[in-house]
Amino acid sequence: MITAQRSSSGSSHSPRSPSSQPYLSISVTDPVKLGNGVQAYISYRVITKTNFPEYQGPEKIVIRRYSDFVWLRDRLFEKYKGVFIPPLPEKSAVEKFRFSAEFIELRRQALDVFVNRIALHHELQQSEDLRTFLQADEETMERLRSQETGIFKKKPADLMQIFKEVQTKVSDVVLGKEKPVEESNPEYEKLKNYIFELENHLSEAQKHAYRLVKRHRELGQSLSDFGKAVKLLGACEGDALGKAFSDLGAKAETLSVRLQKEAHQLLMNFEEPLKDYVRAVQSIKQATIAERANAFRHQCELAETIKLKEINLDKLMLTRSDKVGEAELEYRELKLESEEATRRFENIVRLMNEEMVRFQDQKTLDMGIAFHEFAKGQARLANNIADAWRSLLPKLEACSS
Amino acid sequence: MMGSENQGFEEAHIDASREEMESLVLDDPSNNSNGTKSFSHHRSAMSSLADSHHLLSRPMVAAPADSDPLLAPPSFRDFRNPNVAADNSSYIEPPSYADVIFSPFDENAVHEIDGVDSPGRSSDSSVSLSRSPSSSSDYIKITVSNPQKEQETSNSLVPGSNTYITYLITTRTNITGFNGSEFSVRRRFKDVVTLSDRLAESYRGFFIPPRPDKNLVESQVMQKQEFVEQRRVALEKYLRRLATHPVIRKSDELKVFLQVQGKLPLPTSTDVASRMLDGAVKLPKQLFGESVVVAPEEVVQPAKGGRDLLRLFKELRQSVTNDWVGSKPPVAEEDKEFLEKKGRMHDLEQQLSNASQQAESLVKAQQDMGETMGELGLTFIKLTKFENEEAIFNSQRVRAADMKNVATAAVKASRFYRELNAHTVKHLDTLHEYLGLMLSVHGAFSDRSSALLTVQTLISELSSLHSRAEKLEAASSKIFGGDKSRIRKIEELKETIRVTEDAKHVAIREYERIKENNRTELERLDRERHADFLNMLKGFVLNQAGYAEKIANVWAKVAEETSAYAREST
Repeated sequence: MITAQRSSSGSSHSPRSPSSQPYLSISVTDPVKLGNGVQAYISYRVITKTNFPEYQGPEKIVIRRYSDFVWLRDRLFEKYKGVFIPPLPEKSAVEKFRFSAEFIELRRQALDVFVNRIALHHELQQSEDLRTFLQADEETMERLRSQETGIFKKKPADLMQIFKEVQTKVSDVVLGKEKPVEESNPEYEKLKNYIFELENHLSEAQKHAYRLVKRHRELGQSLSDFGKAVKLLGACEGDALGKAFSDLGAKAETLSVRLQKEAHQLLMNFEEPLKDYVRAVQSIKQATIAERANAFRHQCELAETIKLKEINLDKLMLTRSDKVGEAELEYRELKLESEEATRRFENIVRLMNEEMVRFQDQKTLDMGIAFHEFAKGQARLANNIADAWRSLLPKLEACSS
Repeated sequence: MMGSENQGFEEAHIDASREEMESLVLDDPSNNSNGTKSFSHHRSAMSSLADSHHLLSRPMVAAPADSDPLLAPPSFRDFRNPNVAADNSSYIEPPSYADVIFSPFDENAVHEIDGVDSPGRSSDSSVSLSRSPSSSSDYIKITVSNPQKEQETSNSLVPGSNTYITYLITTRTNITGFNGSEFSVRRRFKDVVTLSDRLAESYRGFFIPPRPDKNLVESQVMQKQEFVEQRRVALEKYLRRLATHPVIRKSDELKVFLQVQGKLPLPTSTDVASRMLDGAVKLPKQLFGESVVVAPEEVVQPAKGGRDLLRLFKELRQSVTNDWVGSKPPVAEEDKEFLEKKGRMHDLEQQLSNASQQAESLVKAQQDMGETMGELGLTFIKLTKFENEEAIFNSQRVRAADMKNVATAAVKASRFYRELNAHTVKHLDTLHEYLGLMLSVHGAFSDRSSALLTVQTLISELSSLHSRAEKLEAASSKIFGGDKSRIRKIEELKETIRVTEDAKHVAIREYERIKENNRTELERLDRERHADFLNMLKGFVLNQAGYAEKIANVWAKVAEETSAYAREST
């Protein structure tokens, strides 16, 4: 099975000898439906192979469910502001689709990609939460999961509300609507615009890719129906012509199956990577950019506050008030806070710049693979189709002579 | 992006296909025997080979108008003048089946091209069925064009409302029965109805192509260009089908229709209808006294369309008798072979209908595939442009280049799908054509059954006349010296019997004649259908294979261009 975005997962970390090259390689496998009725869910087997010293051993297997992955993503998001946290597949699809084989496979693949991307990121791979996720027993995990009240854990209605707030906040901030605090950084402006436009383009591409999958299925279906009809017509005709019809009908049915298969491949290896790309860009837009804006605003607010405190302090010193000591203390604390805030902001800026480079590289690779698979698949399909039809020609020629 | 590299290929492609066609035309004189290709071969040999490159325009013409700039299909113009290469031609080096795509079957499409003054749209598609005229050099080429509005000259109740459309019907032929080799007339739709009705009367038992529908729509719609164009196309198809029918093409009715200027000198159906009214006038006389003789010459027509209402009633009664009494009527349809064939026709019709429907679905699915592929390509082109414009990192430029390859391939593949589909439409149209032909078959079979009914009725009548005569004779013989009035009646009866006997003989002859027509037509239908279907299958398969190969090549190129990623991913 092709996992298009594994990129070079593990390839440069092959365990030749245990301690030669550090490696952390994870696979998410074996989806199993557990529970009953409304509470049913899918569990996955997460297998970790590593020689990182912080880990308990060379191999560990745990059972995780989707909300565990969400917990991990939220924790990373909190701790590593400025880093582009890899995106997760969507929470829940349409009810009846939720347990379809295709959906489960898509999700499994996406979760596998998610966790491996984390493992390959030089900062994120050090995360303690990652270690917990990969190693903790199920009860611990459950406890942690239920404690988490991260932004993404809310109910859909709340989520929508928060989403809207975040969106308006983000767009206000990003578009500079909220007057007071705005980075006046032309390069950053350019980046933000790029991200916004990129999302639009990619969404469109993904939409068409999905439609293309559907078209393959539809063509397969109509070929199948056509094949059946042609066979029946052949039965009417009889003799050599009837046989010719019958053969053609059979070929059409064969190709129908082939098309359905290709539709599936297209979904997994072309549409899904595009979807993943969209998710990643959306995540940058909604999370990272928002975080940076928050950090910037916080820093600005603190700077403002400090200025006021300074003025106040000077006043107090002049009047030799006995509140000076207290004020000085406050001032010093604020100063520390402000420095902290500035550090945090600058860290985010630095990280974002680094991440951008890494992101672009990664996406070129991911897309390159996806394109390659797409082209290969289409070429193979077309060749199969050509061969199938061609094979009918000798008999047809024989008929007319 | 796509245009420059392919200009040369496009011309080469046109030339290649032209050569291909030439060689096909020259290579197959031997096919006259089964007559499948002879007719069309000769036509294509006759018409200038410059027309051959129109073949390439056929698929493009059928493609839906694209709104996207990059996919502007090469227009008719471009192909007529091969020196003006289209901007965005999609042809790649012709792979092995590319040439064969333009198979013998497609040659039949060539003779469509002459109807060029009509806006050539896909609805123009082919009546490219095989017909086997007696001699391979016969041809009739009919074109319908130039619709014009004309005023009704006769006084009408509502002044100014009687306008109608006439069409210019141009015929080119080398058949000797016509006066000349090229001539035109103007006809209106009513004339076509007349022609069709007269043919139905004269050629009972034949599979007469069904005429276009009457379309009872209001006069406003009648004038609309779309409606007029639809009708023009339908009329052309109809007349061409008549011209390819081996018997009907020689008919006087058709000759008159195609040649005689001015008013069409065939009795119109309204005349016939008014004859029916005359018949209604006659009815009381018939019922209450005067002899009820069916003139022999009348029995060659079915009772239904004629003036003799009484005969109509009698035959109706007979058919009811046939149904209800269950006893074998005097002459029954005993021809087992015929009954079997009839059953087969019925099955065939059902399956044709089904296949025809599924063919339409297939065509739609292929079209959708092409469209979506094209849209995908366009989106990637936009993305490419965007990334290139906004590029800060080299990785973006690399990605943009990759996308461009994919986009180009997708757009090319899209064009191939659409071309393939245009061909598919033409090939699978054969199914629709034969489905339509089933109507003619029904007509011919019903001619047979109505002729049989006439015979049965006459026989029943004769038997009842005979028994009346017997009774009279028996009664009369009891009276010594004869019963003058009875004797007179017997004489009259005997006269009636004689005439009716004649009528019966004529009716039987007619019935046998129609049976024979049925038989020969069935044979012809089977033969031609066999050949046409085979051609259809071959053409369909060739096209599918050929275009699949082209599409495969397009994608193989991209797979090659992105092969570096494959190595990295393992």
